[in-house]
Amino acid sequence: MRLVSFLVSAVRVGMSFLLGSTGETITEKSGHLNLGIPGIMCVGAACGCITESFYVTSCGGIDHVSGFVAVALPILASFAGGGLMGLIYSFLTVSLRANQNVTGLALTTLGTGLSNYMIAQVSGSSYAQASKIFTKGLPIADRLGVFGRLVLSYGPLVYLAIIIALTASWMLTRTRIGLNLRAVGENPATADAAGISVTRYRYVATVVGSGIAGIGGLCYIMDNLNGGWEYTIDAIGWLAIALVIFTLWKPNIGIIGSIVFGAFYVVSSYITGVSFNFKAIIKMLPYVMTLIVLVFTSFARRKENQPPEALGLPYFREDR
Amino acid sequence: MHKSESHEPLFHIVRREHVSLKHSVMVRAAAVVLALLVCALVFFLLTGKSPLQFYSAMIDGAFGTKRRIWLLAYKTAILLCISVAVTPAFRMRFWNIGAEGQALVGGLACASVMFYLGGKVPNPVLWILMSVSAIAAGMLWALLPALCKARWSTNETLFTLMMNYVATQLVSFFINTWVKSGSGTLPPMTDYGLPTLGNAWILNIIIVIIITVLMHVYLFRSKHGYEITVVGESENTAKYIGINVPTVIIRTMLLSGALCGLTGLLVVGGTNYSITTTAIGGQGFTAIMVSWLGKFNPLYMVMTAFLLSFLSRGAVQVSTVFKINDSISDIVTAIILFFIIGCEFFINYRVVPRHASSDKGGAK
Repeated sequence: MRLVSFLVSAVRVGMSFLLGSTGETITEKSGHLNLGIPGIMCVGAACGCITESFYVTSCGGIDHVSGFVAVALPILASFAGGGLMGLIYSFLTVSLRANQNVTGLALTTLGTGLSNYMIAQVSGSSYAQASKIFTKGLPIADRLGVFGRLVLSYGPLVYLAIIIALTASWMLTRTRIGLNLRAVGENPATADAAGISVTRYRYVATVVGSGIAGIGGLCYIMDNLNGGWEYTIDAIGWLAIALVIFTLWKPNIGIIGSIVFGAFYVVSSYITGVSFNFKAIIKMLPYVMTLIVLVFTSFARRKENQPPEALGLPYFREDR
Repeated sequence: MHKSESHEPLFHIVRREHVSLKHSVMVRAAAVVLALLVCALVFFLLTGKSPLQFYSAMIDGAFGTKRRIWLLAYKTAILLCISVAVTPAFRMRFWNIGAEGQALVGGLACASVMFYLGGKVPNPVLWILMSVSAIAAGMLWALLPALCKARWSTNETLFTLMMNYVATQLVSFFINTWVKSGSGTLPPMTDYGLPTLGNAWILNIIIVIIITVLMHVYLFRSKHGYEITVVGESENTAKYIGINVPTVIIRTMLLSGALCGLTGLLVVGGTNYSITTTAIGGQGFTAIMVSWLGKFNPLYMVMTAFLLSFLSRGAVQVSTVFKINDSISDIVTAIILFFIIGCEFFINYRVVPRHASSDKGGAK
């Protein structure tokens, strides 16, 4: 039973990584290495929690809220908050042609500061109570034993994360929009010559990707911390960026990858007899595994496993 | 047939051929002034107090007392040191965003020499060992991504980013190994710190000034510096004129890592005498912005490092005086950064409105 509860909590924290990494994958496919993802996830989390807090207060307490609205409204707010951050990033990097790394890091500074400031303005308990709505699984889960607990016991955000990852994966590989997006990220000049609007694709991919990552921040607060606030949500964002590399820019592999990362993230609370210092080594493992994957793929040089060719590079038509 | 005019966009963007110094200084100054106005406005909306109080608190926090001035100078020096360290790599378009980790392992190596050998060897020998190990550790942390980049062109941005977090966990591992009580804080090993002149900060500041000047000479007056610039502009050109690109990449990254390690030495061995996972405090990331804003020129970077240190020291004071959440420091810094990042566009490009450009086209 201990193993089951370990896996369940690995999935719950893993899904916040999955949302972050799916968002970042969509962004990176357009050629943007958005290092603002940690800040975006913070802002997404803060927007979701604050909206939830206002909603709960306006209904006159957690007992009077409608379950659907209490879940849908914060998700939309997180998406909007993350998307707005993505818009700042796109405006600076696409329209004002700023350096991507510098803009991304500044965005992370803004996001961590802004989210910690905003969240201090509302009472913590109002959104913390709502986390039980977010984590409520299907009622039949309890009757189906281990299968029920492992597959059906999660809250809506976990299933949403998987649906988004599968949809993103399908969009990227099976639709014309995905093909165009990948073309923009691989070789913007060619895409431009083929009549694809590089500017529009980069804007939309970054804003949508950032919005999805914003939901990831909310997922971390609601599903993993049960509504408690943490000042270091940005650490989740860096893991999400690592996960993008670990899963070779494929959101469907990301579902497995995120559970693996989640397992490493929570494992130290589930194993006994391990000394305190060794836990740091366990926490190091996701990064080390990512490094191994990164080196190995560049070593193997298989075309389909490489980062997008134009990742991190600006594109200005006039500069050609 | 449509008129051709209707297909023309509202404006188009032209790169400026020659950017005059006056123009670039004016645009940057305007951006900083505008950013400070926006910060004051944000402050007014949050607290309802006059913007003048905001500015005076900022200045008081940075220059209010003798100690604050020293601290500001020290903070500027440390930030400048990391910024100077990452600059040669950036000039080569090698996006080393792992300065945080490289400085941290430098500090860790220094702390471990202090922890294991402190008191067992004479202090001058200890200082040499601390310096050598810190620099070597920083170099090792930079060598791994450089080798992979040179050999298999592994994406260096992602590689160095991951190395930061490996370094953080490594520090956490050693602190928990050394501190048996489990408190997670290593008491300062003051007896084994680097020698000081007058106060704890002067020597650090002098070292950084020397490094900055030397780096400027290295980048702009030496053959190595020239090779770095050529590799950065075009790897193919570099190959064509006989520059061994992998050698330049590895050599430059070793230099970059060594200076990051040195920063770790100054922070751990020269100031704190102890180490935490946040000893570098994100300065490795801020340094990337300092270097970029300073156009990868060590002398300009003195100003950008000073600006960012001033902002963070000033904002700390603002949050204490007006009892606002200390996240205000991050918000103020980010607003100013966005303005400076955005203003680069107006330095390098011109926006030509539709009609002006069609007139010009007609004249041709």
